[in-house]
Amino acid sequence: MAHETQGPVDSVTGVATTGHSWDNIQELNNPLPRWWLWTFYATIVWAVAYCIAYPAWPLVSSYTTGVFGWHSREAIEADLASLKSQRAGMTAKLADTPLEQVAQDPELFAFARAQGKAAFGDNCAPCHGAGGAGAKGYPNLNDDDWLWGGTLAQIEQTIRYGARSTSDKGHQGSMPAFGRDGMLKRQDISQVADYVRSLSGLPVDRGADLAAGAKVFADNCAACHGDKGQGNQDLGAPNLTDQIWLFGSSKATIVEGLVNGRGGVMPTWHGRLDDTTIKALTLYVHSLGGGRPQ
Amino acid sequence: MADAPLAGQLTSHAAERADEQPLYVPRKKIYPQAVKGRFRTIKWIVLAVTLGIYYFLPFIRWDRGPHAPNQAILVDLPNHRFYFFFIEIWPQEVYYITGLLILAALTLFLMNAVAGRVWCGYLCPQTVWTDLFYAVERLIEGDRRERTKRAKEKAILEIVTLRILKHSIWLLIAWWTGGAWVLYFADAPTLVGQLLTFQAPAIAYIWIGILTFTTYTLAGFMREQVCTYMCPWPRIQAALTDEYALNVTYRYDRGEPRGSMKKNEALKKQGLPAGDCIDCDQCVAVCPTGVDIRKGLQLDCIQCGLCIDACNTVMAKIGRAPNLIAYDTDMNVQARIEGRPETRRIVRPRTILYAGLIVTVGAIMLVSLAMRHTTDLSVMHDRNPLFVRLSDGSIRNGFTIRVANKNLEERRYALEVEGLPDARLDVVGGQVDQAGRAVIVVGPDQTLEARALVTAGGKPPSSTGLRFTLTDTASGETAHAGDHFMAP
Repeated sequence: MAHETQGPVDSVTGVATTGHSWDNIQELNNPLPRWWLWTFYATIVWAVAYCIAYPAWPLVSSYTTGVFGWHSREAIEADLASLKSQRAGMTAKLADTPLEQVAQDPELFAFARAQGKAAFGDNCAPCHGAGGAGAKGYPNLNDDDWLWGGTLAQIEQTIRYGARSTSDKGHQGSMPAFGRDGMLKRQDISQVADYVRSLSGLPVDRGADLAAGAKVFADNCAACHGDKGQGNQDLGAPNLTDQIWLFGSSKATIVEGLVNGRGGVMPTWHGRLDDTTIKALTLYVHSLGGGRPQ
Repeated sequence: MADAPLAGQLTSHAAERADEQPLYVPRKKIYPQAVKGRFRTIKWIVLAVTLGIYYFLPFIRWDRGPHAPNQAILVDLPNHRFYFFFIEIWPQEVYYITGLLILAALTLFLMNAVAGRVWCGYLCPQTVWTDLFYAVERLIEGDRRERTKRAKEKAILEIVTLRILKHSIWLLIAWWTGGAWVLYFADAPTLVGQLLTFQAPAIAYIWIGILTFTTYTLAGFMREQVCTYMCPWPRIQAALTDEYALNVTYRYDRGEPRGSMKKNEALKKQGLPAGDCIDCDQCVAVCPTGVDIRKGLQLDCIQCGLCIDACNTVMAKIGRAPNLIAYDTDMNVQARIEGRPETRRIVRPRTILYAGLIVTVGAIMLVSLAMRHTTDLSVMHDRNPLFVRLSDGSIRNGFTIRVANKNLEERRYALEVEGLPDARLDVVGGQVDQAGRAVIVVGPDQTLEARALVTAGGKPPSSTGLRFTLTDTASGETAHAGDHFMAP
């Protein structure tokens, strides 16, 4: 540490000056504390060693890799692997327990729900919403109305193979485009739309001919939606008598469905998610509040 | 009345000191001399008791039954519990720790109002460990005289061998200090076994390392510098003390003018004023912070009373009355000079206030501890979705229910809700008792999270207050929580 040559002593403070003077203002010789300097030098040494030990400097098409060969991707992979091994016990237990019996083990059930919630956020939330509340055309999973059935087994089947999906094991069945394909005339469509609204107690247009609508319904719709519009879960045909409307209950919306048909797609998750994750998702969705007993 | 001359006296002392010391002085090595006497004995006893408590408390057992650890004092971080004998504290009850801190602060204030920095002199960990380290130093390297002599003679080989021995013992004490600390965080006998077989968790070794380092550095090297430069207490203390607080005081009314035995005897014979202080400097030699108490009350003085012991020994030898230095007040010194009676007032507004506050805070804590519930219920409304319309048109809300069972046995609770007519409550995955109430079973000393669904009949308003009631089916103990029912 090269200090400045000691100048005269400042009379006010009693501290030696460095001899530097600007406009008669003297610079006191108060060197930095030794511990501070050593700390500073230590940080320099540390920084150099750190640059050598770890990936640090960008080169033209690569970078210095460091002497330890440390890699952030490997670190993440190691973290994920350790996470997996931590959960291995519970995951194996979940894999071995039949769906219907998981809820009897509170700890396992809590694990499955947490796992399912995470998987739901990653895979299902884009369509069904983060809380499973759904949106127009995307079913609300919190309610008690199920297009393809709400038991654990039915929910698992739907998640695994989807509906109208690329899997041939997926649910099939769609609402034909009665208007566009010329199966029904405009007047028939209007009449049957009024009739459908009346099934769930909604008000109908003044002067609507419900009897004519009922006839159109019996001829064209009852095959899928049932005689009384109660729906059919084998075909994914919605119950038309309840208060829940996937696309909306206004007459215009119903007419739109009759003219152009409907057929929302649930993708197949088999092969994209492992069996345990699908199991956890099933339990989570079932526990949102609308799940049906066996 | 007495204030003006007293204030004058104090300022003159302050001025005297300010003249002598610049703002920064390079450290002077202190070689405190061993001393015997009343306050030294008290210090040894306090040292033995406090260190004994610190080192051995974790080994005291306390039977809490099969589901809880049997260590009397345990900070169980992994399970979020703090055990203190018969008290078990949950994370949501940390205000008891706050209460303890308030009590500790008030006790410190009270001690300060009665006897100045008596905490610093006897109970402060820095003082206790430094004292222990000094004792080791004296045992190995000899007392003040031998050490200063050796330092002057530069007996290198001797110094080095003694130093190695001393530092090894210091490190051993420091290591065991860190070791005892980690024992409060795990089952002590088990952890001792793990530490000996090098199978303890890494965090234990890290903490032992940190505390070994701090103990070794603070008690072995920093010593009085901690009290003088690092500790905030002497600075705050100046604002909390008053003229009635007992302080280690040099009674200059009796001691001054000081001088050698012979000189003062001669002065006395001539009928001139002569004090009892023979300027032997023993009070300075024994001081662990290197203070000259004869300069008055000062920042560096930790008021350990060792100078009193040293002075009394000298006074006894030369046949004079003891307590030339004593726990006294500057006010009394002034009073004696002016021929007024001494005053000692321990009961005064300040002490009454502190004692009152201590009793109040202590009582509040005891009452709340005695009356605290063993069941906690918290309810959180689902935000996504806020409500769900069911196929029959009714509205349902989802809630996350957290039930904490602080008892050490499994309990069955019935959950009910009021506030909404015809509301139905279901717990997902829960049981239902004969009366149709939802039942939640919570294991011993556990918290359970459950999902509850409330379904309203009819057309509820957009927001209705709800009151959840949780009842222990066996004891009838209840816990309540409020929330809202939301509807379109």
